[in-house]
Amino acid sequence: MNASSVAIEARSVTKIFPGRPPVRALDDASVSIGAGEFFTLLGPSGCGKTTLLRLIAGFEQPTQGELLLYGEPLGHLPPFQRPVNTVFQSYALFPHLNVRRNIAFGLEMRRLPVAEIDARVDEMLALVQLEEYGDRKPSQLSGGQQQRIALARALANHPKVLLLDEPLSALDLKLRKEMQLELKRLQLETGITFIFVTHDQEEALTMSDRIAVMRGGRILQIGDPTEIYEHPRDRFVADFIGDSNFFDAKCTEAGSNGARFSLDAGGEVLAEDGHGCSSGDRVTIAVRPERIELNTSGGGGIDATVENIVYFGTDTTYHLKLHGGSVLQVRVQNRQGSHRTVNVGDSVRLGFPPDAVQVLRQT
Amino acid sequence: MIQALRLNPRLRRWTLLAPSMAFIAIFMLAPIGLMAYVSVLERGEFGGVEWGSYTVEAYRSFLFERELDGTLVVNTDYLQIFLRSFWLSLVTTLLALAVGFPTALYMALQPERYRNVLVFLVTIPFWTNLLVRNYAWILLLRNNGLIDASLNKLGITQEPINVLYTPLSTGIGLTYSFLPFLVLPIYASLEKLDFRLVEAAFDLGADRLRALTRVIIPMAAPGIIAGCILVFVPCLGAYVTPELLGGSKSMMIGNLIQAQFGASRNWPFGAALAFALLAIVLLSMMVYAMRFKGPPGEEERA
Repeated sequence: MNASSVAIEARSVTKIFPGRPPVRALDDASVSIGAGEFFTLLGPSGCGKTTLLRLIAGFEQPTQGELLLYGEPLGHLPPFQRPVNTVFQSYALFPHLNVRRNIAFGLEMRRLPVAEIDARVDEMLALVQLEEYGDRKPSQLSGGQQQRIALARALANHPKVLLLDEPLSALDLKLRKEMQLELKRLQLETGITFIFVTHDQEEALTMSDRIAVMRGGRILQIGDPTEIYEHPRDRFVADFIGDSNFFDAKCTEAGSNGARFSLDAGGEVLAEDGHGCSSGDRVTIAVRPERIELNTSGGGGIDATVENIVYFGTDTTYHLKLHGGSVLQVRVQNRQGSHRTVNVGDSVRLGFPPDAVQVLRQT
Repeated sequence: MIQALRLNPRLRRWTLLAPSMAFIAIFMLAPIGLMAYVSVLERGEFGGVEWGSYTVEAYRSFLFERELDGTLVVNTDYLQIFLRSFWLSLVTTLLALAVGFPTALYMALQPERYRNVLVFLVTIPFWTNLLVRNYAWILLLRNNGLIDASLNKLGITQEPINVLYTPLSTGIGLTYSFLPFLVLPIYASLEKLDFRLVEAAFDLGADRLRALTRVIIPMAAPGIIAGCILVFVPCLGAYVTPELLGGSKSMMIGNLIQAQFGASRNWPFGAALAFALLAIVLLSMMVYAMRFKGPPGEEERA
């Protein structure tokens, strides 16, 4: 990414909220967000994702480090002078103004000519497909409609970066799915950089170009959805995004084209990428439940006993126990219809494809 | 009897309402009715009224004076007192707003645990008698009083300030007396305000002043108007403060009415003045009620 295509850059940003004890909401966070990117900050509550968003918006000032917008330091610029706009979790629509006046608010603040404001408001209403609702009060709209108006209001200013603070969390599941597609469409249509904050991993995976997984004020991993899901770098990321089986293991052999590990629970696995571990190292290994092959024949397999079977419709989850005592889950898609070949109590043999075995960073 | 109450919700409702209805009827409606009746009676020669002889003389004498030969001449003395009362009440309300709104906003912005303390502090003046508090202002405002002496010592003024017994001292006293009535309703509406809306305004490019005028004030408008009415209306009928702090040139409606029942012994005129005041107050309340029919924040832009 060259300098001109970086929309937002955070350089070692730390934010400490005073108090007893002081809260370190952001701890040495650095990230570069590209222009036109749909970038997601993902993490559990209290991980610092909203703090980072508020720092970019200008509602808070970093304790240390700096933020740059297209290479220009944002410094102590107050929020009303920053070319970024926010879609708030609570929408924060002005209840005393109708929809049109809500959307026009930012444009009026910039003292644009009335005709231009009117045209822009019409354009925004069309963009969010609520042309007929201009004269309504926010209280007369449904949650989803309010959400669209909040989006239209923030986009009307043509911000360089749009900040979205868990905007979908108040919506019901069906509406949330709809709005996910809508957001993605708006982002592609406008070409504006979106920084999206969420604690919902599924939301993050389906919408984002890139994701930063955060925890305890730190950014743990940045990558595109596939990378985050397929190659989590530590146990928290592997656990927070999707399900994972974890094994304590010891490296027995390491080379340029992979590494061999012996599991404490018994058995041996191969990893395509050893992440630089050397023979004798103790590591944690993560494998996704859907990547484990059930009932395979041939070498490299690990024996296990079926403890429980849970049917989910599209797939079935098998709870298994290794002979060494540790438990794990295997998920199999139900392609064969109702025909089931494995039953509770059966002994099975498991296969771990080398590209599914992830060696985690020790934390 | 009990059985009848249990079975008949209408009867039960009226029975439960009866005590308060009776209270209002005896202690509010009856005196007002009596006053209305007195205002259309002839005045008695030595105070009181001539029961049974009706006249509208009291209402006429508000604007006209009867010469010795019986002709009516316009007399604006009383009208002036009314206008002065309105003027003083208006100035008082504006002064109280200028002091009270920032106070209420400051209170609403404090952490929650401090707010109740601040509300308590605002209400502390109510714990002392109004008379005592106004006497305190006499000590502060009089020539050679605390303020005058301090200004003199500091060399800011050479002459006595001559503030006591003027409309200014009345205005100061009224503002002081009624300030809590303005602070509390404004605080109540600001406390409910979602300050994320203010953040949204900042985010959309509003500086502090425009966040105030475009978001905070419109949303606090019901509280501001309620507070202004709570100051303006009692101010119109104020008696103690203009009596103690005002001179002969700052007599207000309250003092005028008192004088009619007291020294002037013109009960019908006093009653008529009180009625005129009541009419004006009710009218302004109706205007307010019509302006804010809907819930807060629902009124349209003009």
